Parts: sequence; C-alpha cells; structure tokens
Amino acid sequence: MATITLDKVRKVYAGTMEAVKGVSIDIADGEFIVLVGPSGCGKSTLLRMIAGLEEITTGEVKIGERVVNKIDPADRDIAMVFQNYALYPHMTVYNNLAYGLKNRGMPKAEIDKRVKEAARILEIDDYLDRKPRALSGGQRQRVAMGRAIVREPATFLFDEPLSNLDAKLRVQMRVEIKRLQRELGTTSVYVTHDQLEAMTLADRLVVLNKGNIEQIGAPIEVYDRPASTFVASFIGSPAMNLLDVTSDDAGLKLVTGTGLAGAASGLDRGRYTLGVRPEHLEIADGAASGEGLSLEVTVNVLEPVGAESFVYASFADGGPQIVVRVSSHARHQPGEKLYLKAMPQNVHFFDADTGKRID
Amino acid sequence: MYRTRITDHLILILGSLMMIGPVAVLFLTSTHDAVEVHRHGLMASWGGHFLETYNKVLFEPGGFTGQATGMRMLMNSMILGIGFAVGKIVLSMLAAYAIVYFRFRMGTFFFWVIFTTLLLPLEVRIVPSYEVVQKLGMINTYQGMIVPLLASATGTFYFRQFFKSVPDELLEAARIDGAGPWKFFIDILVPISKTMIAAIFIIMFVYGWNQYLWPMMMTSEEVYFTLVRGIKQIMLVWVGSQIPDYNEAFALAVLAMLPPVIVVVVFQSWFIKGLTESDK
Repeated sequence: MATITLDKVRKVYAGTMEAVKGVSIDIADGEFIVLVGPSGCGKSTLLRMIAGLEEITTGEVKIGERVVNKIDPADRDIAMVFQNYALYPHMTVYNNLAYGLKNRGMPKAEIDKRVKEAARILEIDDYLDRKPRALSGGQRQRVAMGRAIVREPATFLFDEPLSNLDAKLRVQMRVEIKRLQRELGTTSVYVTHDQLEAMTLADRLVVLNKGNIEQIGAPIEVYDRPASTFVASFIGSPAMNLLDVTSDDAGLKLVTGTGLAGAASGLDRGRYTLGVRPEHLEIADGAASGEGLSLEVTVNVLEPVGAESFVYASFADGGPQIVVRVSSHARHQPGEKLYLKAMPQNVHFFDADTGKRID
Repeated sequence: MYRTRITDHLILILGSLMMIGPVAVLFLTSTHDAVEVHRHGLMASWGGHFLETYNKVLFEPGGFTGQATGMRMLMNSMILGIGFAVGKIVLSMLAAYAIVYFRFRMGTFFFWVIFTTLLLPLEVRIVPSYEVVQKLGMINTYQGMIVPLLASATGTFYFRQFFKSVPDELLEAARIDGAGPWKFFIDILVPISKTMIAAIFIIMFVYGWNQYLWPMMMTSEEVYFTLVRGIKQIMLVWVGSQIPDYNEAFALAVLAMLPPVIVVVVFQSWFIKGLTESDK
C-alpha cells in the first residue's frame, strides 16, 4: 500500500523526442488511476517510468515516501501486468507465479502458500501444472494477474492488459480487475487507450495527449465537464459533436452561416467550438422554442446498434455532420428533416484556438 | 484439396533412391573382402564378410604405433564433434547475449566484425592459427584441436536473430521479478532457446565431426586420429604391390557416417522447430 507521486516527470528520447512533457500526478493510497489517451500520448512511457523500466529524464517519481528514480524495478515494490502477459513460456503456471518470490529468497512454504492463495482468488488452481502454451487467452491473463498478486506489492501497474482479449472476455476481466483491486486495496495505475475501460475502472482518469495531461478527474466529472476539445472528443462514444461557431450581437452562428438559437448567453464576440454529446440531443416536435440549443438538420444515415440507434445528420448549408442518439425504435429516413434540442447545461463551449473549456 | 497421385510417390521414391543408393552400395561393398573389391569394383550384393571386416576395423590396432583402433578414432571424432558443438553453442550464445541485451559502445560494430569472419574460412588463417596453438603448447592435445575453432560467427548470428525475436516484455517481467542479467540468461533465455540450441548443435556437431584439415595440422600422434583421417590412412598403403584395404576404408566410412545420422534423426524435429518457429 502506498501513494505514488509524480513530480514534473519528463521523458526525452534521443535528445529531441519529448514523449512525456512534465507530468505531475498525486495518487492516493489504494486509488485506481487510469492513464488514457491515443497511441503515442506517452501513457505507456509514463507507466514504464513508474515501473523503472524506462529512465526518467527529469523530475521525480515517489512511491510511498521513497524517491525511486534510481531504484531497480525489482526493489520498487511494484508488480506489472503486460499487454502480451509476458509469461515465461517454459515454466508451469506455478513456477511463473513463484519465480519472483524465489528470486527474493522467500522460504518455499511461504511461496507455496502465496501461490495457492493467488491461484484460488483467480480460479486458476486447476492449471498450476500447465505451461502457458496450453492456456487460453483469458487464463493467461489470469496467470499474469496472479504473478502480480503473489508479490503483494505496494502498487499494481497495468499496461493495456485487456487489449489482447476478445470483446466478451474483456468485459469479464474488466469487472474482475475492478473487484480484485477493491478487495486488495492496492494502489493501481492502469494504462489503456479504450475510453470505456478507462471510464469503468478508474477512480480518477488522467487523460493524456502528446505527453501532456489534458485533464485529471473522476470519470463522470471528465465526461460531464471535459476540460478541452481533445478530452471531449476522446471520452464518450460516439464522440461529442464539435461545431465551429461564431458569436456576435445577433447570437450564435455556425461558421458556415446557419444561425443557432439559444445557449449563447454570456459569450463575448468571437469564435468558439460548441460541443454537445449525441446522447444529449433530443428530437423536438418543431422549430426552436424556449431555452437551450436548437438545431435543424437533415438525416443522412440511421445506424442501429441494438439498444439504441445513431442518426448521422447534416445542416442545410453543409457544414459538419453531427451524431444524435435516438431510441432503437426510431425509424428516421435519409432526407428527413429533424429539429434537435439540447438543454443549456449540456452544451459546452471551448476556445476555438486553444481548445480549452470556457465556463 | 490436392490429392497425392502415384506420380508424386514415384518422384519421391526416385529421389530417395538417388540419395540412399550410393550409401547402400558403400555399405554392401564394405562387406566383401579387399581382393574382390579390387577386382570387381563397387558391389551391390551382400559379401558375407561383414562381421570380420567391421570387427577388424573397430578393434584391431592399425597405423604405425598400433594405437589407432577404430574405437579410438570413433571416440576422438566424438570428442571433437561434441566439443565443437558444445563449445560453439556456449560461446556464441554468450556473445549474442551481450550483443542483443547490453548496450555498449560499438555493439553493432562488433557484431559485424564477428559476422564478417564468416567470409574468412579456416584455411585462410590456418598458418597463423597453427603458430598460436603451437606457442601455447597445445599441439597434440584435444584442446588444440577444439579451442581455436570455437568462435562461431554462424552460431552468434543465429542466436542473435533468435534473441531479437524474444519479446522485450519477457526481460522486463524478469527484471521486475528480480532476475539480474545472469539469472535472466540461465533461467529464461537458455530454456526458451532450447530448440535453437538443438539446431545449432546438429550443425556444429556435423561440422566438427567432419573436420579433416585442422586435426591433421594439430596432431601428429596416432592416438588423436579421427575417423575421417583413418579412412585416408587406410588408403595410403601403396607400398609395393599391396592392395589397399578398400573394404576397411568403406567400413570406416560407414561408421563415420553413423553418428551424424543418429544425431540428425534424434534431433530433427527440434532442428526444424529451432530454425522455423520459436517457442515463445
């Protein structure tokens, strides 16, 4: 059990490529932190720096009260679960779990007890004598988790551990990981590019983009109040609709010209990016009335996904296509005209240049 | 789906015959006595002197000093073959381990230096090599025959390629598990390389077994004669009107062929695995 403190951690490759640009995060004891972002955002590098597999260019990583910058991975009191599991192919499951403990010179009886216990928790008792080759993807994943658990580390580090599993297994293991982490109460840092995984697992999300933190916060907070257009488009599926608008005395207008009713209150003149999530757009009976944002669009495509459907529609003057979530029973035809409404609290504004949220 | 036809079998049978034919003739000829072989040339029939000839070749002392029995030569060849194979594997694995897993100045450069020695066959450096061995006082020793040829560019290259294909995460997992460089090598890298080791073992064993020139340079005493040399020795009896013991030479050739064949047969499934797939 430990806190983790990252203080202005930077990683520069080959003297020029800055992969992580001064990241600071305070992780509380027992907290489940998810680092999320697109590939190349530096999330894995950051995790590997915590693990000690990657050297820290500048800045400081503390686990507990100890600065670990110069400490060997084995002595950092961490355990890591890798994307491809990295099980030792020539060792049985039992030995895979026991290897790290043996290297620490732990007595055999204690090793045996811990391995059995971990196997029980993960329900891999029956496979202890098998080699990884003879296991399915899900089972291997469990063994990889087991290898982390037996060490009883202060911190779990997960590097996209579920991305090699099929969709069904992924959901199952996601729930499992969450349950396990709650039970053990071990501080965890989890890296993923899957925003759904990030949302469901995290106590707090860290959204990374190009080596910078875009936002830190509880998942629902990040979802409700994205700090930038990047976060807005990254968290949530389908992504938030982002429209380039201008504000003047007459109110809001799309940059392509169509006027928008409502929701403009309090904005200075200038250019903005307006964001509204597909699930926050409702189909209204008629043209604009009352408060909130109103849009008039033409249906392009209806995309049913089962529990719900998505309408892709565009404005009369062209402009960007927008997505609306509708009930799965909706039967909108291409070419049909729709009036959309969104409540004012669900309409977000961002600075057109910096992409930063404007409240 | 493709169905095997009779012609396919015919082609394969023909191919096999072409390969096995000479060996069979060699074996059959070795069962005749020397006079008959001298008179009729190669034989394709059973000659009936099998036990006699092979017994003589294996156990009866030959050569000048009478120390070069077939068994002795077999043992010498074995020592040479196994010594070569094991030594080369150990050396080239360690070299490849250093090249792949340790970042040191000019690592790539050193790899290419090792690699280019492939272009220099033994014969090119045989005189200086001889001198080194001679100065070290290793003439007429097993070490003298084995050690100078142990550095293996081929082996290093194969192991390098293999190690490069081992996922980095394995090393990282081992590091987190507290395995240092030596432990990682012994506990993880060596076991997962075993098919590769088997493949290299075959190649190097056969290479060592078939060495002719080098052992001949290094040793003058008959105790160190290898099988391959023994064959040559038997043929060297053109003194007066004596007929060389063709049958014995042929029997020795058959004997010389057996161990490599056994090694290949035993290791062949590993051999193929080692060169084609990897157990990761």
